[in-house]
Amino acid sequence: MHELSVCLALLDQVQSIAREHRATGVERILLHVGPLSGIEPPLLKNAYPLAAAGTIAEAAVLDIESIPVRVQCKECGAETAVAPNRLVCGRCGGFRTRVISGDEMLLANLELRVPDGREAG
Amino acid sequence: MCDTCGCNITPGNEHLVKADGKHAHTQDGRAAVTVLRNLLSENDHQATHNREHFDAHGVLALNLMSSPGSGKTSLLEATITALRSELRIAVIEGDLETENDAERIRAQGVPAVQISTGSACHLDAHMVHDALHRLNLDEIDLLFIENVGNLVCPASFDLGQHRNITLLSVPEGDDKPAKYPVMFRAADLVLLTKSDLLAYLTEFSPERAEHSLRQLATDAPLATVTTRNQDGIGPWVEWLRTAVKDLRKRHAKGKTLRPAVQPDGARLHGLDTDHDHDHDHHHHAHSHS
Repeated sequence: MHELSVCLALLDQVQSIAREHRATGVERILLHVGPLSGIEPPLLKNAYPLAAAGTIAEAAVLDIESIPVRVQCKECGAETAVAPNRLVCGRCGGFRTRVISGDEMLLANLELRVPDGREAG
Repeated sequence: MCDTCGCNITPGNEHLVKADGKHAHTQDGRAAVTVLRNLLSENDHQATHNREHFDAHGVLALNLMSSPGSGKTSLLEATITALRSELRIAVIEGDLETENDAERIRAQGVPAVQISTGSACHLDAHMVHDALHRLNLDEIDLLFIENVGNLVCPASFDLGQHRNITLLSVPEGDDKPAKYPVMFRAADLVLLTKSDLLAYLTEFSPERAEHSLRQLATDAPLATVTTRNQDGIGPWVEWLRTAVKDLRKRHAKGKTLRPAVQPDGARLHGLDTDHDHDHDHHHHAHSHS
């Protein structure tokens, strides 16, 4: 599905950040992915080696932290954990809610191998 | 405080820990860099450009999404017939293969560009941008982007459209919003298509369809349409007329329209979900609808 496209976009970002830091390798990539992003973490993990082959991030460990879906109710103010297909308030059942987590697909953190003595920033 | 996962990043300190920030740190020749950038930021950046193109030319751009075979192209044919005397319409068609849909639209006498995605399951903002170069936006009031038939992937890619329309055809079943929440949550308008079949497929309950849609905490209107009898698309045509007027009013105030679903979660975490490379274009600020 579209996980390969997402993986290619991820690698573009990883490579560009690695270049900014003059890294010699990428050791770990941490993503934050919520179910409402439309990305399936296992599929992304399967696609990763294909997309990363031959890049500076070829040997990187891809860790994906699943972010639960939470909504905040605009009526009663409650913040509740809910299912991806049931986004109404978990307390009062109101449908005027705002998704406060669970829709993200973020590149959260990278661990880069940098030559000794160099600052990361 | 956790320095690994980025959960301590707030709008107040995020600039310190972004890729080029001061607090990205090194130990043993390893640098941990907190990035917090949307994976699709490059696509979103292009989508923002596309929206600017549409706005500069006064074009209302609508993204039509649905399963394959739910009646997107038939709906467009009927829509062109209904509106061609008052609005200048063009269509971008996305399919894996063939020029068939674009030919059907051209037969209606309006410009159509076919994007053949090969094996890609969705359109992205770059493909749409390429297609825009094959259209004269100055001669278009209303641009339909008919996405690849797929209830999953297209929902994740902003194309620069002003509104998302998701079709649910009666033969598909009334629980589709519960099964594909990401897609239906993205809709600004849901069209219940092939409604002439409600008489035969009595197991389909429009009330249940609406209930499963409302469970997604959306107030997107649900309109029932059919292309098989006269005036079967009346509510849709009215919605389009209103949307064109709304956009013109917004343009008059220097504003635009965006699909209702925004990446609220990411924004609440203080994250820039847009492109955040060094070059700093003015349009990086989100303009909310």
